[in-house]
Amino acid sequence: MLLCSAIFNDLKEQYGALQTRFTAPIPIIQGDVFLGRNGKVDMSNDPDVKERETGIGARLIRKEDDRYLNGKGRYIADMRMTGMLELAFLRSPLAHAKIISQTKPEQSDNRVFLGRDLEGVSGIRAVSGLPGFRPSTQPILADEKVRHVGEPIAACLADSRAKAEDLAEKIDVVFDELPAVHDMTKARDKESPLLHEDWEENSFLESNADINFEAAIAEADVIIKRSFKTARQCMAPIEGRGLIAVWDRNLELLTLYSATQMPHIVRTGLADCLNMDHGQIRVVAPDVGGGFGYKGILLAEEVCACFLAMKLDRPIRWIEDRREHLIAGANCREHSYEITGYAKADGELLAVDCTAIVDSGAYSSYPFSACLEAAQVASILPGPYVMKGFRCKTWSVATNKPPILPFRGVARTGVCFALEVLLDGIARELKITPEAIRARNLVQPEQMPFTNITNKFFDSGDYPEALKRAVAAIDMEGIRAEQKSQTGRTRIGVGLSIFCEQGAHGTSVYHGWGIPMVPGFEQATARLTPDGGLELRVGVHSHGQSLETTLAQIANSEIGIDPEKIKLVHGDTASTPYSTGTWGSRCIVMAGGAVGSACELLGERVRKIAGHLMQADPADIKLEGGMASAGSSTISIEEVARTWYLKPQLLPDDVDPRGLDVVAGYKTTKDTGTFSYACHAVKVEVDMDLGHVRLLDYVIIEDAGTMINPMVVDGQVYGGAAQGIGTALFEEMCFDASGQPLASTLADYHLPLASDLPNIRIEHMETPSPLSRFGQKGIGESGAIGPPAAIANAVNDALSFIGAEVAEVPMTPERVLSAIAQAEFSKTTEGDVA
Amino acid sequence: MKPALFDFAVAQSLSDAQSALLGGQNKLVSGNQSLGPMLNLRLTRPAGLIDISRLPELRNIEEFEDRVRFGAAITHAEIEDGEFPDPTGHWMRDAAANIAYRAVRNRGTIGGSLAHADPAADWVIVMTGLCATAIILGPEDNTPPRSLPMEDFFTGPYSTDLGPDDILAAVDVPIPGQGARWAYWKYTRQVGEFAKASATILIDPAHNRTRIAIGALGRQPALLSNPEAVLDGKQSPIEALSEAIPDQPANALNLHAVALSRALEQIKESKEFSA
Repeated sequence: MLLCSAIFNDLKEQYGALQTRFTAPIPIIQGDVFLGRNGKVDMSNDPDVKERETGIGARLIRKEDDRYLNGKGRYIADMRMTGMLELAFLRSPLAHAKIISQTKPEQSDNRVFLGRDLEGVSGIRAVSGLPGFRPSTQPILADEKVRHVGEPIAACLADSRAKAEDLAEKIDVVFDELPAVHDMTKARDKESPLLHEDWEENSFLESNADINFEAAIAEADVIIKRSFKTARQCMAPIEGRGLIAVWDRNLELLTLYSATQMPHIVRTGLADCLNMDHGQIRVVAPDVGGGFGYKGILLAEEVCACFLAMKLDRPIRWIEDRREHLIAGANCREHSYEITGYAKADGELLAVDCTAIVDSGAYSSYPFSACLEAAQVASILPGPYVMKGFRCKTWSVATNKPPILPFRGVARTGVCFALEVLLDGIARELKITPEAIRARNLVQPEQMPFTNITNKFFDSGDYPEALKRAVAAIDMEGIRAEQKSQTGRTRIGVGLSIFCEQGAHGTSVYHGWGIPMVPGFEQATARLTPDGGLELRVGVHSHGQSLETTLAQIANSEIGIDPEKIKLVHGDTASTPYSTGTWGSRCIVMAGGAVGSACELLGERVRKIAGHLMQADPADIKLEGGMASAGSSTISIEEVARTWYLKPQLLPDDVDPRGLDVVAGYKTTKDTGTFSYACHAVKVEVDMDLGHVRLLDYVIIEDAGTMINPMVVDGQVYGGAAQGIGTALFEEMCFDASGQPLASTLADYHLPLASDLPNIRIEHMETPSPLSRFGQKGIGESGAIGPPAAIANAVNDALSFIGAEVAEVPMTPERVLSAIAQAEFSKTTEGDVA
Repeated sequence: MKPALFDFAVAQSLSDAQSALLGGQNKLVSGNQSLGPMLNLRLTRPAGLIDISRLPELRNIEEFEDRVRFGAAITHAEIEDGEFPDPTGHWMRDAAANIAYRAVRNRGTIGGSLAHADPAADWVIVMTGLCATAIILGPEDNTPPRSLPMEDFFTGPYSTDLGPDDILAAVDVPIPGQGARWAYWKYTRQVGEFAKASATILIDPAHNRTRIAIGALGRQPALLSNPEAVLDGKQSPIEALSEAIPDQPANALNLHAVALSRALEQIKESKEFSA
């Protein structure tokens, strides 16, 4: 705790004027116990904590809980409109084929539409400005060529989904099948058929980084080389995609209700594809049941439904089913690494060399593009480690699979797996402990803020402390003792991973990627209502982030209105300021900062009116508990609001004519992003006969900076960790050589279940960010980053007595058994040679 | 996906169901836990479904001196919860409690599971392992039902001896003798999955029955020809399985051998049956 504030004070000196509001050290939350400055549990007499009961730092029960937990949410599939038609798509059964002919069933006029029927509609393009990027055009309905199984070919409408599917069955399509590209490591081979015929090779982008590599490796004592792979995953939110498109003749307005994370970006993308003005399009995102990136793209299905709604003047609804999600929806995570670490005998990491391939699928998705993930690999691979040299070459290759999307953690889950498992390999070679090699190479707290080898700006944090706490919390010493007494074919192991999560990075970073969407100032509107309530309007959208609560807490800290009287308006382009939306762990920093700024300005206007009414100096007025008070005089904020709206005769002559309605824009003081970080430690048991991995204990030491609501942070970390465990052990979308997906139901695509998850123990550190308004850091993705690396390290630790190593996730029983068999085989052959 | 159009009728009597089956266009449905997903994926397209889940004849049990007859439409959950007496003490209840997950068990029926004959299903191996018998009604009136031992009832993956007009009406489960022992071990990586490998062991000296069944083979369960050799330790699990299921690839053989080894460990710990 003292450590945190000490760092913070150092930073204050370095940066001068900071945006932060904190003068007191920040309490630390451990588990369910609120520990204060003095480590006291009962904080009822602490004025700082009283203030926090509803404001920043409070463990406030979520405002949205009643709706979500009592079945009162309203999702797309809950919505019906008069005259609505259900939409089903005929989707490609082949991964790669030319379309020779398409024949509609008889009497299907105005019920079956092909690509050629979509007059004036353009395909989806997401072009990156990075040099050498090869753009693709994703057709709305494929009519010349299909490039992955599940690609939409025809749109079929009926008054029920079943009947629409009946229609789809009756369409006759003749294909000329082409060989499919299914293996990313061979996609660029000369023999590989081209997905996009005007390209030279199946690659969206190649990137190269070389920072002092050759010089750095001169003193290397050990060189460790590994190959790693992470499987292609489906993102599997509980609610799939879904939409209703409505044309309103009266308003001449197309309204798209869509389960999306970014309504404003969808609106811009639609305007491009449909060649319409923004003013003719409104996008509404109602309750959204999980997103994780899957709901962060413009869909061909969205464009198609909008066209049909306008063409037929009837509401059109499409609800993605689980089969469509699994075989046709965008995927994520599929990486391949050839990575080499160079170290000195004492464990000093000198350099890392890496060749990475990301399987980007068939098309560049709007707005993130096909290259974001691979380009990110090259820039974030070094993580929180100090090194002298770095070299990385990446390709975003095109294959006959659905497009890949940035999923929770984006490329971090893959690079963390590659680097952290490599580090354990080096440690084993050098016969030092995993914690020693990490402690030796992690950035030290006194180096903060720290610019790493790839020019990433680490804003604050104490990584070695997180490592130390994780090692203690998992009881490393106890596990090592337990291992010594183990015999037989059931073994325990322990593994660590430590990593950072860049969140809320802004203009300079995204301008560098050159994608269609670059975030700038984030805006929020704060509006006092005549009854003293507060309306907040933001352009980001919640798909489970608890923004209705956390943004209300921020407003409460700024302006003293009870969160119960604060209403968040979001998810509607017609009533919110433009925003790139909810992605990149940015909401609590950016929208939170914007709400803070707007409320601060609104507070000034409230003070001015209150000062006039109380005959007090506005500068002396405090806004707390719904009241404006100066000394012994108080007036309710409600009365101030009522005066502005309904009793203007009482206002001062020089009152601000803009009233009690404020729009403010916000940026962090430096837009390189906040760096939250975590250390994961896991204890596993490996059944060497079955290849079964059981998680016995799991600890996460997490530093989210200032926590707006520690319960919400916990929720994010738990949920993310469950998904990370899915990546580590279960989730895999396989394809055969002809590009056919091999899982089409959740019986074959394995999600982590409640019964697969250990009781995860979270401990928080709380080092404020010097860049954000309240010291908060983005935390939404962190949990999903660490598990594959930590669990693989634990499995390899358990199997180290025979020298077996798994190098691919998910660590299925088959992969674990194959690693064991390989190690046992090479032991036998070694024995033979000896 | 949504199913293709089908008719739906609730059978009022067994003969109702029997006459609806004639012609081969219709299918019986009870718990709908396997058929439902296949309908939704349009993998099967019967002209009509005949719901037999509420027929009193299929919801009964009959107790005989040496066996108990379970109506085909009794659900896994009813067996799990002990709503019907378990002739094996608690072996059937334990097996039922680990079928898929509760939502499936609430609707899924023992007869539906056996007639569907998924190679990895619990009742398929457990009923085989317990020496149970299928009770089958043919299309002709007034013909007594025929009985078929489970090992003959299953003829392959998802296939049984049931003719197109036959109804699996019940399953007879023998009451074990005093001192009998039982083990059932299956490997599922996650709760709710079908088994990747499974084995049962029945030792019933009073009836001179010793049986080892191996399940989840991609076809019907295999019975070891000389289970005593494995139980006495004269033959290792892998040796026995190399003989019994030589067609299985090496990895699968190893996995089934592990299942058998775990069942052998389990039977050592098992309690003797007493009526």
